[in-house]
Parts: sequence; structure tokens; C-alpha cells
Amino acid sequence: MIVYILCFILFLVGLYGLITRRNLIKIVISLSIMEFSVFLFLVIIGYIDSGIAPIVDLKETNQIYVDPLPQAMVLTAIVIGLATTAMLLAIAIRLYRKYKTFDIREINNLRG
Amino acid sequence: MMNSLIPIFVILPLATAFLIMILGKFIKGFQKVITPLVLLFLTVLSFYCLLNNHSNSFTYTIGGWEPINNIPIAIHLVMDGFTLILLVIISLIGFLASFYSISYIAKFTSENNFYALLCLMITGMNGVVLSGDLFNLFVFLEIAVIASYALVAFGTEKNELEASFKYQILGGIASFIILFAIALIYWRTKTLNIADISVLLLTTEQNTFDVFVQILLISGFGLKAAMIPFHAWLPDAHSSAPSPISAMLSGVLIKAVGIYVIIRLFFNMFIASEEISILIITLGTLSMVIGVLLAIGQWDIKRLLAYHSISQMGYVILSVGIGLLLMARGTKPTVAALAIAGGLFHMVNHAVFKGLLFLNAGAIEHRINTRNLKEMGGLSQEMPATSATSLVASMSISGIPPFNGFFSKLIIIIAAVQAKFYLLAFLAVFVSIITLASFMKFQRYAFFNKKEYNTNQKIKEVPFPMIFSMAIMGILCLVFSLLAFPDIRDQILGPAVDVLMNAGQYTQTIIGM
Repeated sequence: MIVYILCFILFLVGLYGLITRRNLIKIVISLSIMEFSVFLFLVIIGYIDSGIAPIVDLKETNQIYVDPLPQAMVLTAIVIGLATTAMLLAIAIRLYRKYKTFDIREINNLRG
Repeated sequence: MMNSLIPIFVILPLATAFLIMILGKFIKGFQKVITPLVLLFLTVLSFYCLLNNHSNSFTYTIGGWEPINNIPIAIHLVMDGFTLILLVIISLIGFLASFYSISYIAKFTSENNFYALLCLMITGMNGVVLSGDLFNLFVFLEIAVIASYALVAFGTEKNELEASFKYQILGGIASFIILFAIALIYWRTKTLNIADISVLLLTTEQNTFDVFVQILLISGFGLKAAMIPFHAWLPDAHSSAPSPISAMLSGVLIKAVGIYVIIRLFFNMFIASEEISILIITLGTLSMVIGVLLAIGQWDIKRLLAYHSISQMGYVILSVGIGLLLMARGTKPTVAALAIAGGLFHMVNHAVFKGLLFLNAGAIEHRINTRNLKEMGGLSQEMPATSATSLVASMSISGIPPFNGFFSKLIIIIAAVQAKFYLLAFLAVFVSIITLASFMKFQRYAFFNKKEYNTNQKIKEVPFPMIFSMAIMGILCLVFSLLAFPDIRDQILGPAVDVLMNAGQYTQTIIGM
């Protein structure tokens, strides 16, 4: 149970940063933290007590293995997360060149 | 034979995107020729499948893994009536937008990147509508939206970058919510196949956990579809993108990655429940009314059109929600079928007329370099083709016969009245009237008032590829009103409605039990 609570705290840290920070780079970092909390959650739900890595050994018949599918999903999701983070940082750098600031309060051309 | 055609819809645009990046540098004009050709081929192929599809579903199992003990282990691509409608509009609008881009995008640098990203976006959307597996759907969705993030920022000016950043943050939150919901579904059912999940949910009792997952999915995909409490990114993103991309985003992307997935999951995966249907109807009504009220005060043409997208998507969600509610109650199946058909009909129509309106806005911007309605006027003299097609689209969106928008709104209103939702029917009529007022303003200030812009050279009509795309869409606005005839509607939309009404049939074709 404690791991789920820790995972939830990680999510809250990310959410807090996303809402309160004004710096573009810090917003990107907060979003990444939030994403990683859900990756961690995916790994946790695939874990089975006293299970080992899912490499099937035919001699051992009553060995317990952890669920490999969430691990495969997390690998894919991490790659996607990397792509979004790279894209966000690229846009943040471009914004800095245009506005000469990372402060989100001064980047407010679009309204209404 | 049809089964082996399915992967082409994903592989072909993906291969084109990579070919453009590799060969585009060496062969001049390669990207301009190959993209419309490939998309034209996909349009013809999807039309062929649509006309030859007699209420059948086709499945393709990736890798050919057969089910073990009736548990599907392969990733399925499913092509049924509902998917085919989406495939047709994705390839059709994609083809017209890419043909339009030949002249439009010439003023930007790095054309290769533009066409490659467009192809990637189409790959992602085709994948989303074909996928029969939740996680695969998420991956394709990310391909489509990451390509669209880059395309929104394509102008790399202040506004474009800001809009793209906002879009990415909200899109990132949406992806987070969707992934979390998928993780919860996997936790409960230990499977990711939509059909398999639907069987497992049927055999177990519904509890609060399921309701929580459903609400997470509604908010996640609602953010992607820009339904009203989640709409903040849409006007910025859709108005900042280059015009052919705005047509793709508004015409296709919000439907393929937002509305389509909501409809598919709530009709074919979850068991219809009354509370969730009422929630969906409420979101639809809010989007419909607030979207149009926000659109009234806009003077930027593309922002005005973007707010109308929210409002028109509200019609689709509202109508489909009425269908879901009637199915949950188990009463009046004919009215439910009519409501769903009306929603799907309006979705197809919206793709055509909103795509056309964004292309018109692009044509105006191409010639006089402004999007502000107050700085236009009198363009009907100089740009007759643009003026005529935009008049067609405006009449279509505001529901004037004989254009397609009138018939789909009529079907939605009839369905609402027959289901005894008189207030919703009244609101639908009311919103349609405000839409008409808003588009009369657009027509008057852009095309009929006296000139307000100041340029030295004479304004000419836009080049041929742009006129061609706009004219085809204008004709389609008329042609699609043929779907109002019950016989033709049953032929085209009937299979889609069947798939949505009979969840059991959907699972049967995939798992085969």
C-alpha cells in the first residue's frame, strides 16, 4: 500500500509545480514528474509478490513471475514522454528567443 | 481480401513521411507531388471499402497471433462501418488540404518538414480509428498530437509558439489522464483488447471504480476534443496553425482523437449507464451553447471559426449522448438509432464545411495578410471563387437548405423531440440562429462591405490548387445532403449505427466467440 501512496505523492508534487511555477522550464519539469508518477503506477500494478523477472524457465514449474506487459507499456510510454518533453523544450527555447524571458506572465499575446 | 488492405492505411502515410525526409532533399518538388497522390489513393481506397462494406467488420491481427483459450493476445486492427466513415473524412480532407498547401505553403521555408509532419499526423489518426487495442490507440494518438504540436508552431512567430506551448501543456495533461485510465482498466481486467474488456465488464458487476475510470476517460478525451470546460487551448491552436493545418485540426483531428474514441469506448466497451449518458449530454449542451456565445464577439476570422468548431462538436456529442441515454434506458431503439445517425452525419458534414471555411480564411490571409475582419471588405469583387465557396460553407454551417448542415441539424432536432428532450431541441435551434447571425457578420465584413484594407497592388484571386480544393469542398457540401434520404443514409451510415448499437456484435467479430 505504501508504494501507491508514494506514487500519489509524486503526482501531487508534479501537479503543485504545474500550477504554481511561472517559469517555462519548471513547468516542463513538473509535467515530466507527473508523467513519471503514472509510469511508476504502471510498473507497480504489474508487480506480483515474490515474483521474479519474467524469463520463463521450463525446469522450474512453480516459479512466480511478475507481469511483463506493463513493463513493455512503460517502455513505450517513456519514449513518448521523451518526445513530448523534447518538443516542449524546443518550443520553450524558441519562446525565449522571441520574448527574452521564461516568465509565463509576460508571454500573453493570445487572449479571449 | 479486405482484411489485408487494413494495414495500408497506417503503413502508406508513415512510409511517405520517411521518404519525404530522405528523398525530398535530392528531388525537387518530390514532397508536393507524393503527398497529395498518396492521400488521393487512400481516399479512393477508403471509398471503395465504404461502398463494398455490407455491415461487415474486418479485422487484422498484427503478427498473426491466434487467440489462446479464447483470450486474444495479438493487437487487432478493426475496420467496421464507423471506422470507415472516419477513414474517408481523414483521407479526403487530408488530400484536399495537402493539394491546397502546394500554393499556400510556398511562403514558408522547410516544406519537407511540413509535408512529413502532415503525413505523420494522418498516420496517427488512421491508427487511432483502426486500433482495437487501448494502449495501441494511445500510442497512435500521441503520434497524431505530437505532429500537430509541431504543425501549430510551424510559423515560429510569437503567437504560434505561445499557442503551441499552451496546447502542449494541456495535451500533456490529457495524455497523462488517458494513460492513467488505461492503467486502471488494465489493473481491473488484465487485458487491453477493447472487445475482451467489454466481455469482462459484462460478466462482472459495475462499481464505483468503473465510474471513476469512465469519468477519467471523458475528461482525457474531452480535453483532446475541446469540449467546454476543457476548451482553453483550441481557439489559440487552431487559429495560429497554417490554414490547411487548421482545416485538418478542426475538421478531422478533434473528431478522430476525441469524439471518435469517446463514442467507441462508451458504446462498444463500457455498458451504457444513465448517469454517464446524462454527463455526456450536459457536456455536449454546454459546448454547443457556450461555444457559440464566445464566438459572437470575435473579430479574428480563424478564432471565430475555432469557437464555432467547439459549438458544432457540441451538436455531435449531444446527439450521440441522447442515443446512449435511450440505449441505457432500453427504450425507443429507433429513436436512438436516429440520434446516433444524426450525430455521425453532422460529424461528416462538419469536417467538410469547417475545412472549407478554414481554407477560405487561408485564402484571404494569403492575399491581404490579415485575419482581422475590420480590415477587410469588398473582397467578393476581387476573389469571386473564395467568396462563392465561403458563402456555401457559411450557409451550410448555419443550417440553410439545401446544404448538408441543414439536414444533419434537422435530424438531430427531430431525434431530440422524439426522445422528449424539448429543451435540448429548442437550444439546438437557438444556437443555429446565433450561428447564422455570426456568419452573416463574417460574410458582410469580409466580402460585401466597402474596402478597409490598404495595399498598393491589385488583389487577385488565389492560385489554381487553392481554388480547386475549395471548389471540391463546396460541391461536397451539396453532395452530402443526399445522405438525408433514408435509403442512402442506411447504405452509408447504417453499418456505423449497427456497430454502435450492438456491442455484442463488435466483440463477436474480434474474439470470435
